[in-house]
Amino acid sequence: MADELLKVESIEKSFGKQKVLDGVSFILNKGEVKVIVGPSGTGKSTLLRCINLLNPPDKGKIYLQNKEITSLKHTLVPAVRQKIGMVFQHFALFNHLTAIDNVALGLLKVRKMNKTDAYKKAIDELNRVGLADHKDKYPAQLSGGQKQRVGIARALAMDPLLILFDEPTSALDPELIGEVLAVMQALAKDGMTMICVTHEMGFAKSVANEVIFMEKGKIIEQGLPEELFSNAKNPRTREFLSKISQLYGETGHK
Amino acid sequence: MRFIEKIIPYIPLLTKGLGITLELTILSAFFGFIGAIFLVIGMLYGNRFFKILSTGFVTLIRGTPMMVQLFLIYFGLPGIDIRLSPLTASIIAFIINSSAYQAEYLKGGFLAISKEQLEASYSIGLNKWKTIQYIIFPQALRFAIPALSNEIVYLIQYTSVAYTIGLPELFYISKNFASKTYMNFEIYVFIGIVYLILIYIVTRATEIIQKKFYIPGFDLSYLK
Repeated sequence: MADELLKVESIEKSFGKQKVLDGVSFILNKGEVKVIVGPSGTGKSTLLRCINLLNPPDKGKIYLQNKEITSLKHTLVPAVRQKIGMVFQHFALFNHLTAIDNVALGLLKVRKMNKTDAYKKAIDELNRVGLADHKDKYPAQLSGGQKQRVGIARALAMDPLLILFDEPTSALDPELIGEVLAVMQALAKDGMTMICVTHEMGFAKSVANEVIFMEKGKIIEQGLPEELFSNAKNPRTREFLSKISQLYGETGHK
Repeated sequence: MRFIEKIIPYIPLLTKGLGITLELTILSAFFGFIGAIFLVIGMLYGNRFFKILSTGFVTLIRGTPMMVQLFLIYFGLPGIDIRLSPLTASIIAFIINSSAYQAEYLKGGFLAISKEQLEASYSIGLNKWKTIQYIIFPQALRFAIPALSNEIVYLIQYTSVAYTIGLPELFYISKNFASKTYMNFEIYVFIGIVYLILIYIVTRATEIIQKKFYIPGFDLSYLK
């Protein structure tokens, strides 16, 4: 039987009068990679922010390892977030800290590791994303792709149960996308559980276990990547996927 | 030069006055800064009570003249049987006043930190206070250095207002000198130069501090 890690149960979220999520449910198993696609403004990012409680849902429940996290006291929330990594569209590195300090901060201040161990682990994580040589650079001295890889290393350092990727490559120059996708692909192959909001179809095809198409706060269709890309049942899904495959190319970026 | 003859016996007094000016400036800047940290945290992250309290305080202090605050403390408080020396009254008034202004400067720096960085901090499990301590504050302070240095420059000059309650700081001594010797022109040029030198030192010190804490990405155009 599949090992259920995260269960999202009919969550709803509104900002003012705008209903951004309107009853979204899915189950994510351990080691699974889900890719969420859909037009902008359909609540994909909000969904990720609900899952790690940055924007807790208004209605519905989220379970992590069979424990409900949506009704926790706010003092217990940071402990949950620690287990859910997040990678941001605009990298969101701490600009006053070097690459290695970005990665080590959570280990030092949240996990309370001693300096030697924290920096040892931080360098291991930077190695994993191929950036150990750049450990002493500040974010402003790194390229977009390098920044995002530091962002991934920062999330990895906390040994999360799963990582949420919020359009990790959409702010990057085309020639920098590949290096980030390569890291993500390697993570997926290592068995990392991931939810990725991305339009990189090549990535979805090569590593996703399931693709979810969302529109207007709802899941319209979900399925295996090959099924959805070649044989979507819903006309909206077909239309959207054909548009982005034109835009990003059939195979996506290598 | 008659002026030089006259000023030489005044040098001990002027030095004392300079000492008082510096004491008042340094204490106001330092404790004003400490106060400003509490105020800005109250304004931005406090609960309703602290938000209203700190915002109200800053609005009140920035909305009334420094002289009114100083006179209220020195001449007003004896009405409720609190009698303070000119020095104590000035120190209290300037700390209060400066804390409100510095809070506003810091607030600008705090608000300059992107929301995504805060989300990133939360996402690795830091709570709100640790996020303020490790993410927001170190960056906000760097953004606020120019404004804070401006506050020190302002304090050096504005502490001269304390002469009105009889505090023998630099300006008071000069005025005293002028009324005895009638050398108004000479003494005010002289004292102007003293203030100018003080402010030049602060400006240079700020530049050194900025260079010391310089981080790529926090470029301040005039340092280039």
